[in-house]
Amino acid sequence: MLKGFNGVILRINLTKKEVQREEINEEWAKLFIGGRGYGEKIIYEEVDPKIDPLSEENKVVIATGPIVGTTAPASGRIMVITKGPLNNTLACSNAGGYFGIELKMAGYDMIILEGKAPEPVYLWIDNDEVDIRSAKDMWGKTTIETDKVLRENTHIEAKTMEIGPAGEKLSKISGVMFDGHRASGRTGVGAVVGSKNFKGIAVRGTKGVEVADVEGFKEAVKNAYGKLAAHPVASEGLPTYGTAVLMNILNNVGSLPTKNAQDAYFPNADNISGEAMVKKTLIRKKGCGGCPIDCGRVTEIREGKYKGDHGEGPEYETAWSMGAMCGVDDINAVTKAHYLCDEYGLDGISAGVTIACAMELYEKGYMPKEDAPFPIRFGDGDAVVELVKLMGTREGFGNLLSEGSYRLAEHYGHPELSMSVKKQEIAAYDPRGVKGIGLEYATSNRGACHVRGYTIAPEVLGTPIQVDRLAYEGKADLVKLFQDLTAAVDASGACLFTTFGMEAANYAELVTTATGIPYDEKNLLLAGERIWNLERLFNLKAGLTTEDDTLPKRFIDEPIPSGPSKGEVNELPKMLPEYYKVRGWDSEGRPTDDKLTELSLK
Amino acid sequence: MKVLVVDPLKCSGGKSCELACSFEQTGKFNIADSRIKIHFFPEQINFTPTVCMQCRDAYCVQVCPTGALSRRKEDGVVYLDQNKCIGCKQCIVACPWGSVKLDHAGETLIKCDTCGGDPACVKVCTSGALKFVEADEAVLSKQRNTAEKYMKIAEQMAKGGDVNA
Repeated sequence: MLKGFNGVILRINLTKKEVQREEINEEWAKLFIGGRGYGEKIIYEEVDPKIDPLSEENKVVIATGPIVGTTAPASGRIMVITKGPLNNTLACSNAGGYFGIELKMAGYDMIILEGKAPEPVYLWIDNDEVDIRSAKDMWGKTTIETDKVLRENTHIEAKTMEIGPAGEKLSKISGVMFDGHRASGRTGVGAVVGSKNFKGIAVRGTKGVEVADVEGFKEAVKNAYGKLAAHPVASEGLPTYGTAVLMNILNNVGSLPTKNAQDAYFPNADNISGEAMVKKTLIRKKGCGGCPIDCGRVTEIREGKYKGDHGEGPEYETAWSMGAMCGVDDINAVTKAHYLCDEYGLDGISAGVTIACAMELYEKGYMPKEDAPFPIRFGDGDAVVELVKLMGTREGFGNLLSEGSYRLAEHYGHPELSMSVKKQEIAAYDPRGVKGIGLEYATSNRGACHVRGYTIAPEVLGTPIQVDRLAYEGKADLVKLFQDLTAAVDASGACLFTTFGMEAANYAELVTTATGIPYDEKNLLLAGERIWNLERLFNLKAGLTTEDDTLPKRFIDEPIPSGPSKGEVNELPKMLPEYYKVRGWDSEGRPTDDKLTELSLK
Repeated sequence: MKVLVVDPLKCSGGKSCELACSFEQTGKFNIADSRIKIHFFPEQINFTPTVCMQCRDAYCVQVCPTGALSRRKEDGVVYLDQNKCIGCKQCIVACPWGSVKLDHAGETLIKCDTCGGDPACVKVCTSGALKFVEADEAVLSKQRNTAEKYMKIAEQMAKGGDVNA
């Protein structure tokens, strides 16, 4: 039997209220590693790409990887995989926290949720005891309240997964939360869980995880720790300032989307930066399961109308989406808006970008003023906070907002004002100032996304090597490499941030010594490429085409008006055809037979 | 003599110490077999480690009827000899800290032995919450932290400034 894995998948049929145990398929483990890869293979095999994502036929896989529950650095990731309601893609959204580790400790690798419960339920997993219980008393509660009730109803040490009111109300930008604070935020996975009348999971385990080669694994962990300790981002930048250390860095290269990306330079960026958080809101840093980086922030609001609130974050993305993207430099309002996203279970990126879109629609007079509950203007932090509340509960104008920026902008006849690709909102990097990330947004299988191929590392941060951010040449190869490596890292169960230091060989060494399956740099990347192509095949079957591999018109047509990247646009056509070529796809973006054979996907 | 020093304010809750401890001691990753424990207080978002303090006059040693628990002179570790242990659990009752416990199977009594002087938990703790240092060094470090505060207050007072600023 493979090690690293526990070898057991829990299948929960909510319609029939049935619990089944299945063995891990060793062949799939070899091909798709685990986590994102293995979980997506399940969806690919079991879910028709044409179905309505919010119908009973959809399924949700909650997956760990083979190194989750070990001392491999930052190896506590948990993946939520389903057909996504935001854009019909094969959606996978991952989170940190402790749930993944606890699920492994309980003796399982993954959970498959299928069917639909007639009434709200939650799942209690206590080692071998698995119980589907009524969640009627939890329905309507925030994620943080739900986390508390789940622990009170089960075990003080249980780790939890839950949806908030946004997921219950099927918001297309709702996520799944873990322990109330860590988010599988993107692609609307929360709505799929909500559509099944499924409120959450409490898990506790005392069984543990074995690895194939104990001494080899120790050596692999030591090597990985060494690489991270030697890297300034992993050992200094992220621990000291959190992910929001990026705020000033991106602003300084004129690539911080501002006021719905009408600009890419925000003069007040420092007020919402990681450095500002240290001075104004930070209580302590926090690490997810097995993490030596500790980018998490435990914070409190110490002044103004939200004084007294405390929670986690914001991380860079929400600090930007609620901040610069909305023209807001009030760190207290940004922090409050972030807390609310966690509580309602909203994707902080999509929520902020959707509000920014509403602000532009309002200011330009593209939406009737009477549709807005109050004036929605750039720079108004309190308005952002109030809009998140409406969005989380779908009250009034919030009903439309909770569908995301694309459907909002389309409703008012201006879809071009949605800063999204495949209907998913962009992240905190302006693709006009950083060309490769534009190609990444355009081709990311789950819609605009920075963590499917974080080319910001070489293009802006200069790691592992510095690449010219404004060049088009070589970006197709770069994006492919980063996408494939990321898929493999996600499949292993490690956090993407470990790539600040760790190399493909490190992951190969960890997964090999954990599972006993021999990986080297080459076949690890090949597994990543296989995962990427599997996602692509699903999406093509779901009806997506090369037309969807694009960027918001603004990034192609409107030069950045000010700042260090003034005058830049993203000439995507200079990269996209080459990208298809290096991927071994035809001109319509379809994987060729040769490529599928090479990847054992035929 | 080296001691395992815990700084709860620095702990970032990553649980690496628990995973490393169980792996070093048993060859498997099982938090339930870890000798060190991170306690979560979710409402406060706080995490605090607890681990055996290796008491000089340890209650667990005093109640142990078979001499399985004893204090090693050379390193000050309260050592549990599995060959002599009869599993009476008097040590669990006697320890005021909860530092002796049963393993995941509920069979074997386990406690921290500082991994023979090179604790695995400390090696993976990057937050600075766990340190394995000479006892006088630990004391000195605490004294210096306090002295630094005194120094700052004295400087403020000398300038006639607000001490609370």
